[in-house]
Amino acid sequence: MTPILECKGLSQRYNSTFNTIDNLNLTLERGQIVGLLGPNGSGKTTLIKLINGLLAPASGNVLIDGRLPGIETKKIISYLPERTYLDSSMKVADALAYFTDFYADFRPDRAHRMLNDLGIDINARLKTLSKGTKEKVQLILVMSRDALLYILDEPIGGVDPAARDYILRTILMNYNENATILLSTHLIQDIENVLDRVIFLQRGRAVLNATVDEIRMEQRKSVDILFREVFRC
Amino acid sequence: MPWDLDNDRPIYLQLMERIRQDIVSGVYKPGDKLPSVRELALDAAVNPNTMQKALSELERDGLVYSKRTSGRYITEDETMLKQLKDELALTHIRQFFDQMKQLGFEEKEILSMIQEALKEET
Repeated sequence: MTPILECKGLSQRYNSTFNTIDNLNLTLERGQIVGLLGPNGSGKTTLIKLINGLLAPASGNVLIDGRLPGIETKKIISYLPERTYLDSSMKVADALAYFTDFYADFRPDRAHRMLNDLGIDINARLKTLSKGTKEKVQLILVMSRDALLYILDEPIGGVDPAARDYILRTILMNYNENATILLSTHLIQDIENVLDRVIFLQRGRAVLNATVDEIRMEQRKSVDILFREVFRC
Repeated sequence: MPWDLDNDRPIYLQLMERIRQDIVSGVYKPGDKLPSVRELALDAAVNPNTMQKALSELERDGLVYSKRTSGRYITEDETMLKQLKDELALTHIRQFFDQMKQLGFEEKEILSMIQEALKEET
C-alpha cells in the first residue's frame, strides 16, 4: 500500500539565508498516531502547511496517498489549523452546515453527539464561546470527518488540563484504525501515551523518528525528558 | 480515570502488568470476556495499537485467549492463574527485601521485624 504521507527532499525557505524545512525525507505509514515535536521555529507549522498545499516547496515534494497536494488530497485530509478560519459571527449550527456542505465525508450525527456530550449549544455564536470551547468545536468538526489523514496543529495548546483530557479522548474515540493522525504539540507529557510514534523536528530536519516504546526501551526515559535533553537551550 | 503509568518504561509492558494485576485481584474472573481493544485503550487513555500489543503479548503467554470472532477471554487454566499470583507475590517480596537492604537491614532482622509487625496488626 502507498504510504499515506511521503516527503522527498523537501525544502522550504522564507529567505535565502536559512531553510525552514531542510531537505526533509519522511514516510508515514497508515494506522498510527504520530507526534510532530520540536521547539518553536523548528518548522512544524511550515511542514503542516506544505502538506496541506498552503505553501509550495522550494524543492522536493510532498505526496499524500501518492498524490501532490491539491483538490483530491484535500478530500482525504482533515486539517485543524493553529488559528481558526471560521467566521466568528457564525453559529455553531452554521459551521456544521458549512462542513456538511463542503466535505462529503463529514458525519453531522457524530458532531451533534459530541457537541451534545459537552453541552455546547448549537445556536450559540462562535464569538460568544470561550477560547477553550471554540477549540473544542473546531476539533469536533475536524474529527467528525472520515478522513484518511488528520493533521492537527497544536490541538491542545490553548486549553486547560481537563479539556485536554477530553480532546485526547475525542481523538482516541473517533480515530479509525486505517487512518493516520499527525499532530504537533509541545505539551509532550500530556500526549505521550496516545502516540505510536514521534518525530523530532530541529531546524527543519527530522532528527529522530521512533516509536514511543522504542524510545522508552532504549533510553529508559520518557519522550518528554528526551525532548528536554535534545533541545536544551 | 486514565491508568497510572510510569514515564520511564515501555507503555505496553505497564499495560500488561496492570491487566495481570486485574486478573489476580479478581477484577476479571477466569473465563471472563475482556473489553475490546478500543474500550481498554480509552479507559487507560493510551494508544489503541499499544493496547493491542499488550493484549497480543498476554495472549502469547497464554493468559488470555481469543475466539475467532467474539473477542478475548481470560484463561480458565487454574494452574496458570495460581502461578501468576505466586509470581506477582514474589515480585513484591523481592522489592520489599531490596528496599529493606538499602536501609541497611540484614535478612534475619527483616524477618523478625515482619513478625513483630504482624503481631501488632492482630
